[in-house]
Formats: sequence, structure tokens, C-alpha cells
Amino acid sequence: MAEATLKIFRGTAERSEYQTFSVPTYQGMVVLDAVHDIQAGQAPDLAVRWNCKAGKCGSCGAEVNGNPRLLCMTRMDQYPAGQPIVVEPMRRFPLIRDLVCDVSWNYEVNKRIKPLAPKPREADGTYRMQQYDIDRVQEFHKCIECFLCQDVCHVMRDHGKYDFAGPRFMVRLAALAMHPLDTVDRLRDLRDAQGIGYCNITKCCTEVCPESISITDNAIIPLKERVAGEFYDPLAWIWRALRGKKADTRNPVH
Amino acid sequence: MSDTTTSYPARLDFLETQRQDNWWVAPLATGVGLFAFIVYATWGAFVGDHYQAGPYLSPFYSPLFLVDWWPLSPAFLILWVPGGFRFTCYYYRKAYYRAFVLSPPACSVGARPQRYNGERAILLFQNLHRYFLYPALALVVILWIDAIEAFFFSDGFGIGVGTIVLVINAYCLMSFTFGCNSLRHLVGGNVDCYSCVKFGQQRFKAWKVVTFFNKNHMRWAWISLFWVGFTDLYIRLVSMGVITDLRII
Repeated sequence: MAEATLKIFRGTAERSEYQTFSVPTYQGMVVLDAVHDIQAGQAPDLAVRWNCKAGKCGSCGAEVNGNPRLLCMTRMDQYPAGQPIVVEPMRRFPLIRDLVCDVSWNYEVNKRIKPLAPKPREADGTYRMQQYDIDRVQEFHKCIECFLCQDVCHVMRDHGKYDFAGPRFMVRLAALAMHPLDTVDRLRDLRDAQGIGYCNITKCCTEVCPESISITDNAIIPLKERVAGEFYDPLAWIWRALRGKKADTRNPVH
Repeated sequence: MSDTTTSYPARLDFLETQRQDNWWVAPLATGVGLFAFIVYATWGAFVGDHYQAGPYLSPFYSPLFLVDWWPLSPAFLILWVPGGFRFTCYYYRKAYYRAFVLSPPACSVGARPQRYNGERAILLFQNLHRYFLYPALALVVILWIDAIEAFFFSDGFGIGVGTIVLVINAYCLMSFTFGCNSLRHLVGGNVDCYSCVKFGQQRFKAWKVVTFFNKNHMRWAWISLFWVGFTDLYIRLVSMGVITDLRII
């Protein structure tokens, strides 16, 4: 039976090391299988967060050979035989132990986003919308919050700009901005509190998204365009003035 | 078994990575490609000659403005439009931020140390993209007119290799321009509820058309960049007599 070698990060932020393990491989094996084999036979104290093993819970995010990946969706046979596969925790977040990090920062950022505030119901007590109203938004709801996009984003990863909310929350903000029932204006927050200007659209978030959401093209760039129209486009100001519209046409909640 | 002892390096040094693939190929190829085009286009614009051959007009010089008060090559009266449009294009921004600014050079590869501000402060000028879009759309119309005029030789209707080159050029530049993210926003992306606004269905359809081109924006960016340079080179060589334009009809 063929064997694979894994070089796995072990330890805490204070003291850590890379440990090398050999595991027998089989058809269809994923990196999480290998980690579980190591846990079962060689290192029972190896910490790894996982849940569904089907690419839907977003728990097992880590870095495999430097690339942010879901361990459960990363096939072993895509890596060349004979070379060790390096498995590390996500670098962006504080390390708890081994492959597990503390991603709670994301939940704090999420709390600061103004939630959906739907417009009043119709006279019959319902909301009405057409399929073509929500075609754009449905893609964003595929997000499983694995935070791989947050991990790979160089704004935080390399430059330490944590006042940027990150790609995952640009997706959420785009879903809210394009929601046909929503009444809240978030453009000023998007510019100031969520720091959309930090993004230089280098698209790493899109490259690592396991749900293949076009984060940059469909969420971040449309939001940047909206911010540009609101704050940086004199023609848009004139156009709005001629049509008698204020810049913030939605009900601002501050 | 342990083989190394180290403290956990949360932030990577410049160009440091655990990636084992050839991550450097893409930014290097991008940088070389963009640099080569910039050098050729600058030279082609400065020359100010051999931009016409029969019914063919180089896209670097179209529309052709020959005015007495302009001391430089007529190309410079035009090239600021496609130049500005491409420089502020969302795709090209990705390309040169990675290839030239190295911020980041590739995903999960340590970025160049710098005081990073993203597209804030001075780089707010990138928002001018929508202003370059308007003349760029006019250029698409003009390039199609050039392509149609390339069918009409001094001896009447005909098709030469140059005709086909100019038609392909107009199509490539149209496909690149029609995939523009600012155009996507303008035609319908800025609408929150299509069924709530006038012409909502039409705007949604227009948005879908632009989205169709936008999905391959990078591909069209490169194809059109290469082809516009090739078109200029072809017409230049025909005009200089280095090659002869083959007449098909």
C-alpha cells in the first residue's frame, strides 16, 4: 500500500514544531482522513476542528502546502508522491493549538453590520419579490463561513489592517445591499467602518472559496462601485440632484 | 517525530511561502506581458508615422486627429482614453498590483513590506474608471467604423487580411469594454430591486449581458491587448512595405 508523508504543525503560539508522519493512502483519501489516521494511531492529542466532512460546515479550514483549503475537500492524490504535504493552521487567526485557531474575531465583525430591515409588508400582509430580484443575492447565500477568504486576504494577513472587515463580510454586505426588501443604507459604514477601500481586488479570496463564490467580481467590486457613486463621483451627485434625490435614499440606521 | 522547533510565524516575510507550485510564473508572465506592450505602444505612438495603409488605420491613431496646434504624434490625442481605461480597470489593477507592486505577488505568498493603504488616499483616483468608460465606449463605435471602412479599397469593395485583422480587433475591444465592471454597475448593478423601478426587467437583462462578457473580462483584457498591438504592427509593416497585404476578395 502506498504511503504519504505529512508534515503537520503542532503546538501553540508560544512553542511549536512541525512533526512528520507517514500514513497509508487509499483511493479517494482526503487530507482530513490522513489527519484522522494520525490522530487514531500516532498522535491522539493532535487538535483539529472538523464536523461534517462534506465541505458544508466550514470547520476544517487550514493551509495545505501553503494554500488555504478545507481539509475534507482536499484530495491527497493531487500532491506529488514522495514529497511531504505540509499542513498548518490558518495564519490569519490567533492559534489555539495545532490546527485549531480562534476565529471569533469574525463573529465580532459580523455583529457590527446593520442587519436586514425589510420595508413594510404589502396590504395583504405579504412581501412580494420576483426571481430576477434575487438572482444576484442567491450566490452569496452559499457562503459556509469557513473563513478561508479571511485567512488568505493579504490586507489582514500581510499588512495587519484589521479595520478591514474582510471578504466574507463584503459578501454579506453585498447580499444586504442587493436585497430587494432591505431599507438600510450601509455605504458610509462600508467606506469607514468596514474599510472597503483597503481591498485592492487581487482576488485571492475568490481563488480559495470552496463554494466558488465570485467574491471579488460579484460582491466587492459592485460594492466599490456603489461607494464610488455615493462619495467620489461628481456626475452622480449632479444626476441625483437633478432628479431630486438625496445620496442616501434608503432609511439610514446609525 | 519532530524535525524542527520554531515559534509560530503568523506573518510571512517578503516572498516567503509554503506553496510548492510555480506560483511565480503568473506574476512574472503578467509583468513581462504588460511591460512588453507598454514599451511597444509607447514606441508606436511616438513614431507618428506608418499608421495608415490603404483603407486600414491603426487603432493607436483612431480616430485620427491631424491638427496644427498639437506638436506630438496624433496618437497621444487618443491613447489617454484606452490607456486610462485599462490602467484603472479592475482586472488590470489586480494584474499590476500583483506583478509590479507585489502586494501580494501571489496568494499566500508574503507581500512586499510597505505602508499599505489599499485603494484609499492617493489611489482613490482609481474611481475615475467610470469616467474613462464613456470615451472608451465611443472608441468601440469608432473602431467598428474603421473595421467597416477596411472593406472599401481604392478599387472598390474587397477583403484583405488587414480587413479581418481590424474586424477581430473591433470585436475583441468591444468584448473587453462590454465586460467592464463600471458598465455593469451603470446598466443595472446599482439597482437593488429590479421589479420596483422603471425599466427594471430591461436593466436586469442589460446587466446579464454585461455579466456575460464580465465573466471572461481577464481573457478579453489579454486577447484585446495582444490583438490591438498586433493590428498596429500589421498595418505598420504593410505601410512600410515590409509585408504585402493579401487580398482575399
